[in-house]
Amino acid sequence: MASNEKFNFAQSVAEALADSQLRANFRFATDTLIQRRGTVFASPEETNFLRDVGSSMKKDVLANLPDLLERFEAKCIKNGIVVHWAETAKDANEIILSILNEKSAKKVVKGKSMASEEIHLNAYLEEHDKEVVETDFGEFIIQLCNEPPSHIIVPAVHKNRKQIAEVLAEHVEGMEYTEDVDIMLENVRNTLREHFKTADAGISGVNFGIVETGSLCLVENEGNGRMCTTVPPLHIALMGIEKLIENVEDIPAIYRLLCGSATGQRITTYFNMISGPRKKDERDGPKEVHLVLLDNGRSRIMNDPQLGDVLKCIRCGTCLNHCPVFTRIGGHAYGSTYPGPIGEILVPQLEGLNPKGAIATASSLCDACSEACPVRIPIPEIIRRMRDESYGHGDPNSVAGYGYKKNCVESMVWRGWKWSQTSPFMNKVMLKGLALFGKWIPVVGPLKSWMSVRSKPTFGKNSLKDLVKKEGVRHE
Amino acid sequence: MKKVSAAKTPVYFFGTCLADMMYADSAMAAIRLIEREGYEVVYPMEQSCCGQPAYNSGFPDEAKAVAWKQVQIFAKHDYPIVVPSGSCAGMMKVHYPKLFKDSPDLFTVKRFSERVVELTTFLHQHAHAVYEDKGAPIKATWHSSCHAMREANCIADSKALLSQLSNVELIELERERECCGFGGTFSIKQPEISGAMVSDKVADVVSTGASVVLSGDCGCLMNITGHMEKENITDVKGQHIAEFIWERING
Ligand code: SF4
Repeated sequence: MASNEKFNFAQSVAEALADSQLRANFRFATDTLIQRRGTVFASPEETNFLRDVGSSMKKDVLANLPDLLERFEAKCIKNGIVVHWAETAKDANEIILSILNEKSAKKVVKGKSMASEEIHLNAYLEEHDKEVVETDFGEFIIQLCNEPPSHIIVPAVHKNRKQIAEVLAEHVEGMEYTEDVDIMLENVRNTLREHFKTADAGISGVNFGIVETGSLCLVENEGNGRMCTTVPPLHIALMGIEKLIENVEDIPAIYRLLCGSATGQRITTYFNMISGPRKKDERDGPKEVHLVLLDNGRSRIMNDPQLGDVLKCIRCGTCLNHCPVFTRIGGHAYGSTYPGPIGEILVPQLEGLNPKGAIATASSLCDACSEACPVRIPIPEIIRRMRDESYGHGDPNSVAGYGYKKNCVESMVWRGWKWSQTSPFMNKVMLKGLALFGKWIPVVGPLKSWMSVRSKPTFGKNSLKDLVKKEGVRHE
Repeated sequence: MKKVSAAKTPVYFFGTCLADMMYADSAMAAIRLIEREGYEVVYPMEQSCCGQPAYNSGFPDEAKAVAWKQVQIFAKHDYPIVVPSGSCAGMMKVHYPKLFKDSPDLFTVKRFSERVVELTTFLHQHAHAVYEDKGAPIKATWHSSCHAMREANCIADSKALLSQLSNVELIELERERECCGFGGTFSIKQPEISGAMVSDKVADVVSTGASVVLSGDCGCLMNITGHMEKENITDVKGQHIAEFIWERING
């Protein structure tokens, strides 16, 4: 279900909606996550203040990104981290493969990383005979099922406990069916231990790259991230270029925003700050640390003042939880690495409007996402922009493709609408027409869609304009 | 805004396009409620739509043309502009300035936007309306439209008015803050998702046991009542808050 040319959004939506178990799983999960977030962000004043801080912090970073990246690179190099620049997903994959090959590394353990999903790293490495083991519990489960994540924070959220128990019983050697979470975790932990011990390299993402110190921060709860980045002799970190934070003292605010929004925690169980490979007198830690900085369209996005806001995203996933559409169709229906509201504004920009412009139709623009977003990304506004772009009104240098929606009939309808709403005469004609003939409008096209779950609208005999005159309200 | 007894203070009324097409009685009730507080309602006949349908569908140029028309029509006096819809009020207050952000007309548009006030906010905060309920005891529930809640910020005002109706027992929805699935053209672009949303909303409404679901937005009402009608749910009706209050205070 990863990105592919034959993506058919309508069909995947229909399939997702028909699966009542899936809907129940998502509803349960998003309710829980929203409720937990609420306990951490109980004070609206404090939360809004914190969101202002987070938003301006990320805005500043984006405004000075080229400079900050250079400073960050210099610091990393000083720390002994080898820095690579990847302009495209393909470049990133090739760089990572060549590092692995250079060290004759065959087996890789991976911490959870959305950037690696974005570039489809696992598939690429497996094609090149590497063994890749996901070590985050959720990622581990979906890797067993050969599925992509359905949520950017909780990748296996589409499965309930029973379904996870079945997967484990089927795929993990020596494991019997049990719904006891502790037993499941114990078994998976034991399995993963072996992988950590025998891996040649660890690959991780990066939540924040601190410019001031050249450190890579990794936020996690399971300790698998720490294992991936410390046990194998080689650590490769993959990071989107927008993930910078300028100073160490900025971390508490943005970290609190991330934990609170993502999982409703005050702090996570693990917060790793990686500042280079093992030093001479140290007894553990990787011998080599590589950092791959991924552009993959980001510097293009950054050049547009409105679209650039997308890069403030800290991948907390709370917009997914708050989205009434995501809650009903789940993550896979979007057919993209990033589902939900963030996906609607990011994916068409990364992959082009054709074929991914369609996912921007999956929003009622209810604003629940932007109300929760910890860095105040105006998501609905950018969804509107995606829609505008997909009619070919935009600049193809900003967002590639014109989208499948470029539709002459629709454009004509809106032109007609404009006429009926700017010319008082046409407005009168339209209202009279609806009052007299509204009930005979044939049930096709938009009306048919409307009536699939609703009755036919009844147009009033009188418009408000008629009533105002009749009832003697002052009009002019 | 003081109520003057001799010469009544005039206010403009923007009825919304849905009031013209389907909900004229609700809008008329809104006008009566404003007049009741001692204001003179002025209705410009050339008004049409706030432009939101095109704006949300990816046609900002068309939306802008329609928006500009409204700005011009309401430019004759600087009266406040009362709007019986949180969604349209939100469009005119929050989004008009965005549409004109690069235009030399921005200042004019901002002046317009500042005059826009949602109906229940006007009645509660400006007119300090006091109601005496003359209706029989009734259970009602309330649907907050997303833009009333997040753009016009008028829900507290709507509920403050309803709470004055002593015979009305207001039972809150379990998921009051969740969208009903209308979303303008969303409901026809993604009919299945929208359908799933509205059917959940209707289930929530029905489970309150209320006999009427109220809202300050006709778009949501059209969606919710349309689904109830399709499903033959006849023991709950949908009504705009203005019409409901008007009926209650007139017995
Ligand atoms: S857009 Fe905002 S809410 Fe959504 S994942 Fe990014 S930071 Fe979180």
